[in-house]
Amino acid sequence: MDERDRTGESMTQQDGEPQAECVSEVELRNPSGLHTRPAATFVDRASKFRAEVLLLKDGREANGKSILDLLALGAEKGAHLTLITRGPDAAAAAEALRGMLETGFDET
Amino acid sequence: MKLADFLFPGAFVPQLQSDDKEGLIRELVEALVRAKKVPRGNVTAVVDALLERERLGSTGIGKGIAVPHAKHRSVKEVVGTVGLSPQGVDFAALDGELVYVFFLLVSSPNDAAGHLAALELIAETLKHETFCRFLRQCRTQQELVELLEEADQGRYTL
Repeated sequence: MDERDRTGESMTQQDGEPQAECVSEVELRNPSGLHTRPAATFVDRASKFRAEVLLLKDGREANGKSILDLLALGAEKGAHLTLITRGPDAAAAAEALRGMLETGFDET
Repeated sequence: MKLADFLFPGAFVPQLQSDDKEGLIRELVEALVRAKKVPRGNVTAVVDALLERERLGSTGIGKGIAVPHAKHRSVKEVVGTVGLSPQGVDFAALDGELVYVFFLLVSSPNDAAGHLAALELIAETLKHETFCRFLRQCRTQQELVELLEEADQGRYTL
């Protein structure tokens, strides 16, 4: 079973392969919200990881590797998001993607 | 917000003729002018703004869909239209595929929230695969109007 630890990383066994899961709460920093360009940048980065990437906002869930899904969140600046990564490189994915959301995609 | 709040049937183009990015964007902006949503005198400036945005990265977001958009002071709130290219256009989409469905938006420079909300609604609707399939099958303005009305009535809510 999936044991979710909301404060960080947890390990579960699935089909014999260790599955790490990272959950982090992040605040979206970029001034104009998660619009098309940052969504595309996020997906590009997320897709480089094997881990499954989910972004949650107000109970709505988006596949972090789908631009359409991310745009459908309509996340504005200051939105509180939950980032979940799940898979062999979950920790690295969480670190990289959390960094993007929190630094505002270098948008000015 | 509903799709009908910012997508104007008078500007729908069910069968786009252009086969390149610039022509296609111009065709959709001209349609917004005919629907009196963009002033005639601003066509060139709006087209340029849209092309400038494309240079930052294609708005062809994959799965045959593009959302060309730009800010321009000639509009007070977000205005947009829908165009279909039955044969598909090379829009330098992020997944390398041809684009068949275009949702073009022009928003006010002071209204980032309006733009984001319009995009959210479009994306939410396009996530519905049945809606996408029906959309690609539309060939007339009337068919587009009816499909988007159904979407506004919640028929394609996930």
